[in-house]
Amino acid sequence: MKNSLAILFFVLLPILAAAQEEGSLLDLLGEEETIEYASASFKTTRIINSQSIENVAEGVLDFKISHRFGMLNTGAYNLFGLDAATLRLGLDYGITENLMVGIGRGTVQKALDGFAKYRLLRQSKGLRNMPLTLSLYSSIAVNMLKWPNPEQDNYASSRLTFTHQLLMGRKLSKSTSLMLMPTLVHRNLVATTAESNDVWAFGIGGRQKLTNRLAITGEYYYVLPDQIADIYHNSLSFGIDIETGGHVFQLHFTNSTAMIDKGFITETTGQWGNGDIHFGFNVSRVFTLKEPKKVPEAH
Amino acid sequence: MKTLLTLTFFSLAAVAFAQDKYFTRNGTITFYSSTPVEDIKAENFGVNAVLDAKTGDLEFSLLMKSFNFKKALMQEHFNENYVESDKFPKATFKGKIENSGNVDFSKDGSYPVQVTGTLTIHGVAKPVSSSGTINIKSGMLNANSVFKVKPEDHDIAIPSVVRDKIANDIEVTVNVDLEPLKK
Repeated sequence: MKNSLAILFFVLLPILAAAQEEGSLLDLLGEEETIEYASASFKTTRIINSQSIENVAEGVLDFKISHRFGMLNTGAYNLFGLDAATLRLGLDYGITENLMVGIGRGTVQKALDGFAKYRLLRQSKGLRNMPLTLSLYSSIAVNMLKWPNPEQDNYASSRLTFTHQLLMGRKLSKSTSLMLMPTLVHRNLVATTAESNDVWAFGIGGRQKLTNRLAITGEYYYVLPDQIADIYHNSLSFGIDIETGGHVFQLHFTNSTAMIDKGFITETTGQWGNGDIHFGFNVSRVFTLKEPKKVPEAH
Repeated sequence: MKTLLTLTFFSLAAVAFAQDKYFTRNGTITFYSSTPVEDIKAENFGVNAVLDAKTGDLEFSLLMKSFNFKKALMQEHFNENYVESDKFPKATFKGKIENSGNVDFSKDGSYPVQVTGTLTIHGVAKPVSSSGTINIKSGMLNANSVFKVKPEDHDIAIPSVVRDKIANDIEVTVNVDLEPLKK
């Protein structure tokens, strides 16, 4: 029995080899499995106000100009908000493939901000299966307004706010991506004891491509109750992303004025129901400062 | 037992038969688009290729996502908007060296060759023909060729805003070092 099996094996071997030659020559090499990373889950590093799971590539500088106009409900007199503008100028840079940093300066509170985002896990299939992308994100913001009471003892540390986020996301299909963002905002100083220094919030965001160059986006931050003053509301934004060559234009409607985390998460005064809606845009222009290394794939 | 040995020799003979095939998994294909506005170059170092010296049959395959650009955003646009790498992950060429009889694979030298076949990019197959060179040195092969590809031939849509940044004819350079395929 053993013998006949061996004979069968040796008879079959050349036949199998011959059969293989009938098909494609490349079949002889076999299929080499590679790690296939999910790419371009979002068009830029921001969904609208919030960070997305995208990083700028290594050696790439991204100049971001963001505008939020006044509120739509200010009417025709203010050209539906266009007479007022709030600005943030920012520079993002990719230090490595997975680490990016950024700085910016905004109109709201004349705030300076800085952040770092590190991609810990990257969605992939093939040789390595990873269902989601997970990034760690931390930012710091400094209120740069003049002290309201310069006579009293003012501490620089009281103007600092820190934000920490887990950015979890998955590209569900070629055109649909979804994100969840558990968030902690720490404010060194709050106005009253009724407000907490640590504010927990939970964000959700997504992107749906309509065509290769056009996508709709949305994001919502739910602040857990009894942490911030009653005048503040949850941030909700909808937008479209338009891509033309080296630019990405993001046009959107949002009830938030600030474009930094602590601002839109904990200091949004507008309410959609009242028509406190800002039209706004982000323009992103990238510059390649350092060309990628030319490394042939290792084999 | 004797039969077994005989059969083993038969199998070995079949294996040895395949020795006149040459292959690589890390060949290089680059493409270059030149316009007055912008020059674009991309490189792929993971090209698979197999050449059958006996028949002159030749096949190439590469992953579109493995093309490296200088600009990361350009690479993203290439994959997302132009060649749609999710839908059409591979480009392939299947063809024949027309004058493979002129190439003596056992002798060192440089041989001009004429290659014809079918190039499939973006899921669209087009017949192509190109001249190239095969260099043979101590049993190793180097094959190279330069030819032009029109994006429109492969249904790759280019929006009018960027049309003057992308050449009508894109120059493709193939350079592969092939080694004998051992089974």
